[in-house]
Amino acid sequence: MSELTFRFVVPGDDYSRAGEASSTVKNRLKRLGIDPAAIRRVSIALYEGEINMVIHGGGGEVIVSVTPQRVDMVLEDHGKGIPDIALAMQEGYSTASDQARSLGFGAGMGLPNMKKYTDEIEVSSVVGQGTTVRMAVLL
Amino acid sequence: MKIKDIIQLLDAEVVWGEEKLWEKEVQNACGSDLMSDVLAYVKDQSVLLTGLVNPQVIRTAEMMDFVCIIFVRGKHPDDAMIQLASEYGIVLLSTEHRMFTACGKLFGAGLEGGAR
Ligand SMILES: Nc1ncnc2c1ncn2[C@@H]1O[C@H](COP(=O)(O)OP(=O)(O)OP(=O)(O)O)[C@@H](O)[C@H]1O
Ligand SMILES: [Mg+2]
Repeated sequence: MSELTFRFVVPGDDYSRAGEASSTVKNRLKRLGIDPAAIRRVSIALYEGEINMVIHGGGGEVIVSVTPQRVDMVLEDHGKGIPDIALAMQEGYSTASDQARSLGFGAGMGLPNMKKYTDEIEVSSVVGQGTTVRMAVLL
Repeated sequence: MKIKDIIQLLDAEVVWGEEKLWEKEVQNACGSDLMSDVLAYVKDQSVLLTGLVNPQVIRTAEMMDFVCIIFVRGKHPDDAMIQLASEYGIVLLSTEHRMFTACGKLFGAGLEGGAR
């Protein structure tokens, strides 16, 4: 296996579809025979990120690449951006809307959880332009 | 216990899941309406009890490898949710009991809460 790349457009206006990309990635990783513990870490981190893109970022694009050594995930949106990334990374910090909360999200645990489950994470953001989250799980 | 024991203990309606899936052995469960917490704190639980009804409940369960979701207070998933659960082989149950009672009955019968 050399490098495999999967690309997804995540719609920002359809809450019911949030998680489709993560679900597809999970299935493909299973078929590639990747270690189930690593798949679980990728799935949780990617799903948290995908939900964030939908509830905070207005949708965007997810790119996942897989090599025998690692799974890299890039989540890019063109939403409102994050003014203070260090604050957003803290447990319990959330600006989630009532709609997002009514779906069971908005505890301010997503970004800390993404950090916990990945080996590398880098969040960059420009207010008013969007947010890019890069994560990697080493295999 | 097995999923079929849960069905009996909670007098639950099987919303989706053929009988051979009821034979699945389950050791621990968690009860929550907050998917953020389920994603952040749950480790190896295999059963989710919730009063929340939306597709993200099924997706969250899929990501966390749950094998059974129990909707409490007589809540019912819609067709789209049932369709999703069937794709992943997640058994869906609905019980009239409230969260506390449903959890208590299962805990009393030996289902554990998991780590921590
Ligand atoms: N893609 C994004 N675009 C804009 N803001 C974001 C984005 N991702 C996160 N944020 C900001 O960072 C905060 C913290 O995110 P985090 O995922 O930790 O918590 P949450 O999404 O609010 O709740 P939870 O993830 O527990 O359901 C969010 O409330 C939001 O203010
Ligand atoms: Mg989040």
